Amino acid sequence: MKIPGHAAATGASRRWQGEGPWAWLSAAAVALSLLMLGALLVLLATRGLGHFWPADLHQLRLADGQRLIGVPVETRQLPDDSGYERRYFTANRDHQGGIWTWVAEDAIEQDRTPNDLIVLQRGRWGAFFGRLVAVVTETERFGGDRAWQALRQRLDHLEELRQQSESLRRDHILPLIRQMERMKEHSRLSEQLTELEQQALTLQRAMTGTVLVLETADGKRFEQPLESVLDAWHPNSMGSVEKLAHWSRGVWQFLSEGPRDANAAGGVWPAIFGTVLMVMLMSLLVTPFGVLAAVYLNEVAHQGRLTRWVRIGVRNLAGVPSIVYGVFGLGVFVYGIGGSLDRLFYADTLPSPTFGTGGLLWASLTLALLTLPVVIVATEEGLARIPLHQREGALALGATHFETLTRVVLPMATPAMLTGVILAVARAAGEVAPLMLVGVAKLAPQVPVDGEFPFLHLERKFMHLGYHIYDAAFHSNDVQAALPLVYATALLLVLVILVLNLTAIFLRHYLRLRHGVPVRR
Amino acid sequence: MEFAREKASLDIQGLTLSYAGKPALKDLTLRIPRNKVTAFIGPSGCGKSTLLRSLNRLHDLNEDVTREGSIHLEGHDIHDPRVSVAELRRRVGMVFQAPNPFPMSIYENVAFGLRLQGRMSKRRIDDVVEWALKSAALWDEVKGRLRASAWSLSGGQQQRLVIARTLAVEPEVLLLDEPASALDPISTLKIEELIRTLKPHLTLVLVTHNMQQAARVSDYTAYLHNGELVEYGPTDTLFTHPRLRRTENYITGRMVG
Repeated sequence: MKIPGHAAATGASRRWQGEGPWAWLSAAAVALSLLMLGALLVLLATRGLGHFWPADLHQLRLADGQRLIGVPVETRQLPDDSGYERRYFTANRDHQGGIWTWVAEDAIEQDRTPNDLIVLQRGRWGAFFGRLVAVVTETERFGGDRAWQALRQRLDHLEELRQQSESLRRDHILPLIRQMERMKEHSRLSEQLTELEQQALTLQRAMTGTVLVLETADGKRFEQPLESVLDAWHPNSMGSVEKLAHWSRGVWQFLSEGPRDANAAGGVWPAIFGTVLMVMLMSLLVTPFGVLAAVYLNEVAHQGRLTRWVRIGVRNLAGVPSIVYGVFGLGVFVYGIGGSLDRLFYADTLPSPTFGTGGLLWASLTLALLTLPVVIVATEEGLARIPLHQREGALALGATHFETLTRVVLPMATPAMLTGVILAVARAAGEVAPLMLVGVAKLAPQVPVDGEFPFLHLERKFMHLGYHIYDAAFHSNDVQAALPLVYATALLLVLVILVLNLTAIFLRHYLRLRHGVPVRR
Repeated sequence: MEFAREKASLDIQGLTLSYAGKPALKDLTLRIPRNKVTAFIGPSGCGKSTLLRSLNRLHDLNEDVTREGSIHLEGHDIHDPRVSVAELRRRVGMVFQAPNPFPMSIYENVAFGLRLQGRMSKRRIDDVVEWALKSAALWDEVKGRLRASAWSLSGGQQQRLVIARTLAVEPEVLLLDEPASALDPISTLKIEELIRTLKPHLTLVLVTHNMQQAARVSDYTAYLHNGELVEYGPTDTLFTHPRLRRTENYITGRMVG
């Protein structure tokens, strides 16, 4: 029977009716946490992803006759309350010295968005805002309307040449150089190298020769060699679809390319790759160790005072600050083990170290050590949760302890182990401090996996998203300019951890289904 | 005296068992006849489960347990160092109070014990699984979904699955530790029927709290109290003409110390 007036009351509110404010307090706590999480993601997403949106360029004429082209970034009140001033991103570092200009709103006489303004993305000096006057090749000059078309065409061609040159360097020249470092006999290789370098030079030359004639806001003209231009667009005449396409390409380049300009521009692909690879290696190292240790503590060892102390020790290891693990990794792995490895196997390349310096392997090992307690504790809890009658059931069928462990207990504890790995991944992927001691690099554009034997280069330094954030935010020439990339990288780090975790969670879900264990809700 | 002439499957002589120094079983001597159902009854904590678990050396797991006296299975001492515990437990199967199927498919549960014994052809395993499920009167209910999780079965079905799993390794003795106490009356009835049909093939030892159940299914009954064997004899005699006053009090429900 339906009682009138009660239909709207949901389960929770009805259950808690007349029991004071606890229901509301707890709900408010949840809401607040969710709100903070949401705010964090929104901040990172808008600040980070907005950076790639091709914003309209404004051409201003000020009261004092000054002209400038820029993108408004923020507005603030003047100190004497007489009005507002606006900050414009005006680019052109090579012509104005700075890239930001503060303009009082009252001083703006004219504010237009003409269609012929262009943005150039350049290898050095950052972006350029202004007009394209002409494209001059060795034989021809394209002026007026033909200039833009010529520029686009040549940019595409340039991009092709760049890729050829890059693959030549990465796939042929660098491996050859490394080979020469290892070998004594050089003459044949150095011939090869000279030939390859000749090819690279030819490619380089093919890129040069074309010059852009550009005009800045104040009418100054100058020439810009085309080979230093990476991309060009004219935001004011782009439709929303075009802008969206441009934005997607920007995001894709951010994800797929290496950094430029001392990490203040360009992409973060090596950092993504380094982070994921390092976390995966870490999981591969920590899981077997952690599980074996937990099995010993819970299944094999005599449960006495010693195991109790070991347990307390393991749990307390989880609370040791991560930088301490970094120091340990530096002392033991890098200088200790790495140094010995170098003396034993890489003596011919000394004093330049191979394993005796920070690298992927040592970083993964250090983080494995850092997350070991998490895996041990989670696995132990999982093992302890397996009911005694399950073990007895297997033993009563004539299974040995080992068979009981491998066929009944461990499969049932797998979800718990994966929980441990999930926690470990979440902790390790965000850890930066110890990495700075044991192998992260500010710039290592070559990912540690390539087609050269042994394919996975454990001794190489690698880039990491967390460290990249730190580096871009504190060590770039212009922190203001790098800030959007810092936000975008932070968002990416969150997403990478999310993806890694989701993978493990789905795996756990699948295992639970397969072993028939009901999913806990 | 028919009882005295029964061939013993298990022969327990002077068995004393202590948990951390406290005796749980005191100098028990009894013979459990072959191909019969023997029930252990008694109040909680009287040691009947302890006795049952010592028959397949499940106490070996607990380091605090000390033992005196001997148990012989078909004339061989089960504590002989040459005896493999795993082999003993295969010969003396056990079904526990709460159904404990493994988190695998129905088929894999029954095949579990077989796979422990080494490689066996798929055909052979298929045959044994079907035979065991039929023996446990479960085949008709699960034959269409052998690959389904064992945990999808009802409690009574799970308990019969556990029995099938035990039967699959062809034990000589089957220990049942209150096998129906967690089940509804109909499932209980099915288990009891099963016990009767299994009797010609193996020796059954049943621990139960339920006096009627002991009376219904067992041939012989042992009444234990405080770790001592108070009275042991044919079930009919014990329930109708108990020799001792203490036994009578217990089976009629008058508990006096």
